[in-house]
Amino acid sequence: MPESENLVEVRGLKKWFPVQKSFIERLVTRQRQFVHAVDGIDFDICRGEVFGLAGESGSGKTTTGRLILRLEEQTDGNIVFDGVNLASLSKEEMRRMRQRMQVIFQDPLASMNPRMKTGDAIGHSLMIFGAARGEEKRRRVLDMMERVGLTPAHILYNKYPHQLSGGQRQRAVIARALILHPDLIVADEPIAMADVSVRALLLDLMLQLKQDFNLTYLFITHDLATAKYICDRIAIMYLGRIVEMGRLTDVYRHALHPYTQALLAAVPVPNPRFRRTTAMPRGEIPNPINPPIGCRFHPRCPAARADCSKDEPELREVQKDHFVACHG
Amino acid sequence: MNERVLEISDLCVDYPTRAGIVRAVDDVSLTVYGGEVLGLVGESGCGKSTLGMAILRLLRLPGKIVGGKIVFDGQNMLELSEEEMRRLRGARISTIFQDPMTCLNPLQRVSDHFIETIRTHGSQDKHEARRQAAQLIDRLGIRTERLDDYPHQFSGGMRQRVMIGLALALNADLIIADEPTTSLDVIVEAQFLDLLRDLQQQFKLTIILITHNIGVVAELADRVAVMYAGKLMELAEALPLFDTPLHPYTKGLLSSVPNISLTEDHLQIMSGAPPDLINPPPGCRFHPRCPRVRERCRVEEPPFKEVRLGHWTACWLYEE
Repeated sequence: MPESENLVEVRGLKKWFPVQKSFIERLVTRQRQFVHAVDGIDFDICRGEVFGLAGESGSGKTTTGRLILRLEEQTDGNIVFDGVNLASLSKEEMRRMRQRMQVIFQDPLASMNPRMKTGDAIGHSLMIFGAARGEEKRRRVLDMMERVGLTPAHILYNKYPHQLSGGQRQRAVIARALILHPDLIVADEPIAMADVSVRALLLDLMLQLKQDFNLTYLFITHDLATAKYICDRIAIMYLGRIVEMGRLTDVYRHALHPYTQALLAAVPVPNPRFRRTTAMPRGEIPNPINPPIGCRFHPRCPAARADCSKDEPELREVQKDHFVACHG
Repeated sequence: MNERVLEISDLCVDYPTRAGIVRAVDDVSLTVYGGEVLGLVGESGCGKSTLGMAILRLLRLPGKIVGGKIVFDGQNMLELSEEEMRRLRGARISTIFQDPMTCLNPLQRVSDHFIETIRTHGSQDKHEARRQAAQLIDRLGIRTERLDDYPHQFSGGMRQRVMIGLALALNADLIIADEPTTSLDVIVEAQFLDLLRDLQQQFKLTIILITHNIGVVAELADRVAVMYAGKLMELAEALPLFDTPLHPYTKGLLSSVPNISLTEDHLQIMSGAPPDLINPPPGCRFHPRCPRVRERCRVEEPPFKEVRLGHWTACWLYEE
């Protein structure tokens, strides 16, 4: 059977977190309330691409990443990874599947064990999955450290995370994610904490490694300016739903959804001559416990019409590979 | 517009650590003029936030000012007592920090924050103060019904706007904003920057804007100072700085910043990383990473000089 073009297929994905209430509150309000973190999303990630998932706080992008990695259990919907429905796997099968999907988080200092030497941290999963031990493990770690530019490798191997620079730490985290040669890397704000001058370096590294290791990335970010330089396709999320999705150049140059247009226009431009001409939507992101009825963006939308407050628009393909969820 | 509000001369700030002394701000001289927005940019460890804290004399221990002067309203602030500084900070110098919750009293309603400020520095009458507070909060784009909320009931964006409002209520001579939008979502950030720009132009506010975000600086700043490893590398008006940056660090920095308004552009990569401030490189701090480095750069530190009208830099390229 031919290999599907899609490495990941997500359908109807939902994650609702129950709201913690005090005893009195629970007595008074009979109904349980939920944070609709992810509220029904569909998308595919093609093999070898960098798929961007962008949005502001409360959009659900981080939760989506965690659901795909099975760090959270979904409330509803399906995640199919390389043709396999992840929910159908046993604990042991899922554990083995994890070798094929790895994660890079935003804060390298927080995601590294401060008491583990860098080389040991990078090679740790080799030990866990029984892939290599001793000399062989060390050799593979040193090799990976060279590949990510963490040099001189044999010296940095013995350093602890706090002894590395920010950029070096993030390279270590990348090396750790790659050591098992996964298919998918979920990167959640991977360069947000690095210095401005180091970010370009890290982006370049990630693209190079993608080529060298045949990787596919799910790139989660709030930074649309950075996303422009790395993502092939992008989905814009708002309050748990995808409002627009397509090839990056199409979405950026011909944004269809008013929220996408506002988001792109809001990004500060490093050019003092540039003046923002698009008006910003009024107000702020509403509470995800009770999202607005109909289109979630309608209370803030400059183009809202009568039906926007009644029916939630579906994500439809309006141009080739360009999807939008909007009545307008 | 030409009055000197703040004059910093040869300021040095040290942080003693177990491994040695970190010279976080090294011989920095800057003047801030009335009615301008002075952007102070640089990456982590450049000393920009330390400089802001030094002006307010709010350095976290063990940080210490070890040299130089900071003159505000004819007085060297470094000679003032803590009590006198406290009065200055409340009355004449206002702040907007990254996390507004640290500046707002969680036990006090937002209205009281304003009323207290207005009554101390302006109208004594309670009702008049409240009327002014309502007017102010409306100008900030916040519904007046929210005036009696507590700070935690406000969103991050609203709290930051309250901080601008308090600065206005104070009629502050100087506002120090340290990463004011870093914790805000991008649309809220745009709303905040629009508001700040409006109010700054309307009331001729004097602002020191400290940030690593080059886009934010481009939106607001009249002049921009670039810091690296504790030293000033370049200072100019915004347009000349962005159009014709003189210092190789500034050039590298500006070309490595993502620009959403461009298509088909590439990010330049700057090799290396900011230096160790305990043992900074000899000569020019930037020389190990500089694409234009020469022998002199490795041994002798270049002076910070006015190379073109209003455009200062510390670089041997312009010395010969």
